[in-house]
Amino acid sequence: MKSTLLPIAAAVTLAAGAAGAATLDDVKANGQLKCGVSQGLPGFSTPDDNGNWTGLDVDYCKALAAAVLGDADAVEYVSLSAKDRFTALSSGEIDVLSRNTTWTITRDTDLGISFTGVSYYDGQGMMVPRDLGVTSALELDGATICTNTGTTTELNITDYFKQHDMEFELVALENSDEVVAAYGAGRCDVFTTDRSGVAAERLKLADSDAHMVLPETISKEPLGPSVRADDEQWEKISRWVLNALVEAEELGITSENTEEMMSSENPSVQRLLGAGENDYGSPMGLDASWAKNAIEAVGNYGEIYERNVGPDTPLGLDRGVNALWTDGGLMYAPPIR
Amino acid sequence: MSSMSEGGTPAGGKSSKERTGLAALVFDAKARSLFFQALLALAILALIWVAIGNAADNLASQNKQFGFDFFDRPSDIQILTTFGTWITGYEAGEHTVFDVFLVGIANTLIVSIVGVIIATLWGFLLGIFRLSPNFVLRSFATIYVELLRNVPLLLQIFFWTAVLRLVAPSERGTYSTLIPGLFQFDAKGIYGPYPILEDGFGLVLITFLIAVAASIGYAKWAKKRQDATGQPSPVALVSAGLIIGLTVVVYLIMGRPMTIEWPNFVSDGPMLRRGFERGIGSYIAPEFMALLLALASYTAAFIAEIVRAGIQAVPKGQSEAAAALGLPAGIAMRKVILPQAFRVIVPPLTSQYLNLTKNSSLAAAIGYPELVAVFAGTTLNQVGAAIEIIAVVILVYLVISLVTSFFMNWFNNRVALVER
Repeated sequence: MKSTLLPIAAAVTLAAGAAGAATLDDVKANGQLKCGVSQGLPGFSTPDDNGNWTGLDVDYCKALAAAVLGDADAVEYVSLSAKDRFTALSSGEIDVLSRNTTWTITRDTDLGISFTGVSYYDGQGMMVPRDLGVTSALELDGATICTNTGTTTELNITDYFKQHDMEFELVALENSDEVVAAYGAGRCDVFTTDRSGVAAERLKLADSDAHMVLPETISKEPLGPSVRADDEQWEKISRWVLNALVEAEELGITSENTEEMMSSENPSVQRLLGAGENDYGSPMGLDASWAKNAIEAVGNYGEIYERNVGPDTPLGLDRGVNALWTDGGLMYAPPIR
Repeated sequence: MSSMSEGGTPAGGKSSKERTGLAALVFDAKARSLFFQALLALAILALIWVAIGNAADNLASQNKQFGFDFFDRPSDIQILTTFGTWITGYEAGEHTVFDVFLVGIANTLIVSIVGVIIATLWGFLLGIFRLSPNFVLRSFATIYVELLRNVPLLLQIFFWTAVLRLVAPSERGTYSTLIPGLFQFDAKGIYGPYPILEDGFGLVLITFLIAVAASIGYAKWAKKRQDATGQPSPVALVSAGLIIGLTVVVYLIMGRPMTIEWPNFVSDGPMLRRGFERGIGSYIAPEFMALLLALASYTAAFIAEIVRAGIQAVPKGQSEAAAALGLPAGIAMRKVILPQAFRVIVPPLTSQYLNLTKNSSLAAAIGYPELVAVFAGTTLNQVGAAIEIIAVVILVYLVISLVTSFFMNWFNNRVALVER
């Protein structure tokens, strides 16, 4: 029934006159942040047994809500399919899209939305049944592939097979669970999505050991939050909340020690937490303690990573390129000053 | 209404001419109704105006432009092998967004047309079953209708998808037989023979068409003769002889200008190579089959009810009269009951056909690339022109529906009661 959402979303674009600008005011007036998440992707955004949303993308929403409203629970989660997510954002149905979404130039410039950073550096991976006897993606000529429709994955796989002059058949489904079901039933030989997603979906299979992830990473998939392009203030808030979480890890600020750190001698720490006279919140329309609230609520980027997707979680993903730049990774926040 | 105001005027002692300006709005029913209609029309226009203005503002603020240039853009998306990709020869990267649009329309049309044909045949049969004196047939039809029309269609689409997956052997290198010697299937679809036409087949086709035309002519002549003399003619036999015989003769004379390509099954070698070879023989995707089964069986339940109602609407005296004349039950049904029932059946049947066509858009859920899934879904996501694409899709459905209605109205006029 998702298909009925699109015309509605289009109608909302027609009717909602006040979609432009001042998202911050709207969020404050509603007392709630409307955050677009996935339909259930373990580690990134998935409801737990009690129906509470958890995951790396969800924690970003909580951090944003804490920075803006001072309450990490003041979030309304809107579950979106890959196909509907951008229309939902540009029509004003949600305030921020935090849904394992790849940052590309078309999406950033042509869809009326702006990406505000990278919360997870991913790449596209493929999963095959072990008994297929395939050890490399280059052996997949003639394979049938299942993936989500409306994703960069769908385009990357076409590029990859064309580049290596291989034939393939693509079954593109809207709901991730349907994709996994089709793969499990033997409709497809290959399941493909971002590597983190492949790892997560593999856990959903009844016989997960009978399946393996191929070594190739066939694309760059920088995943990050995005907002409407017509609201510069909101865009900056979204960007700097993410930066603050990364900066906090670099400075050693955790969800536990924010109060102690308030009296730190390190000027970088004081600036981030808004200690003393420091106030980097008001130019964005926020409190001086915006970053402190966010960190208190969900912890720094490292804590978020370890809690949701790290080695100790079912997903068991190493930090890899998602480590801080000081540790040889790509996570790097511009200075807060 | 007008008679009231005119009748009321002399009694009130004032002529209607004096009621001008505001007074007319209050007392003159005609002026009043005109005023409120104009007000409503203005309000609707204003609403549309505001909506267009808002859309334009929002598009501008998002740096989007209204336009249909995206149709010419190259399309990178791979589409499932279906009727649409076969008829357009679609290849990712070598075709444009417009071709994707055509693929979507072709896929919507094929599933709708085949679905309408199956639903009609199945629905008529079920409708007649429902009135059958045979207890088993009657109960079966009743249970079928009540079950199918009371379960949401989307659920039935998922149900058929799951059923097809369960019956198909999922292991690579194995297959099951659907029709012995003709069609086989595995988890990836149904495979069958594919005719490859050679030079000279055009003549066979022309012969076939001529034979069909000749049969129709003969049937018309036979009907006229029977009306005039009461002499029946062997229409079915002659038509079959003409169509099959003549076509086969010309086919043989032309030196059999058609070869059949059979699907090629590979049972050994690397695992990924096993199974039916791609691109050889004909192929039907399981998504198409699931959607077709769901749409046809669901709509048939509604058509069965329409047919039952139509037959029951024919007065009992008609079938009694037919029986009194000594007509066998089959002929009585064909020549007496159904022609009269058609007048009741056709109008609601039209809306079932329209429903089936529009319901095919639910296929997005199972990955069958029809118009809504592939164009209003995937393409919209790539090019971002939501308003334009949705408008175009609405237009396409409108055209399909209007053409269907037009045809059905024509048919309805043909079967309608001709008053002399």
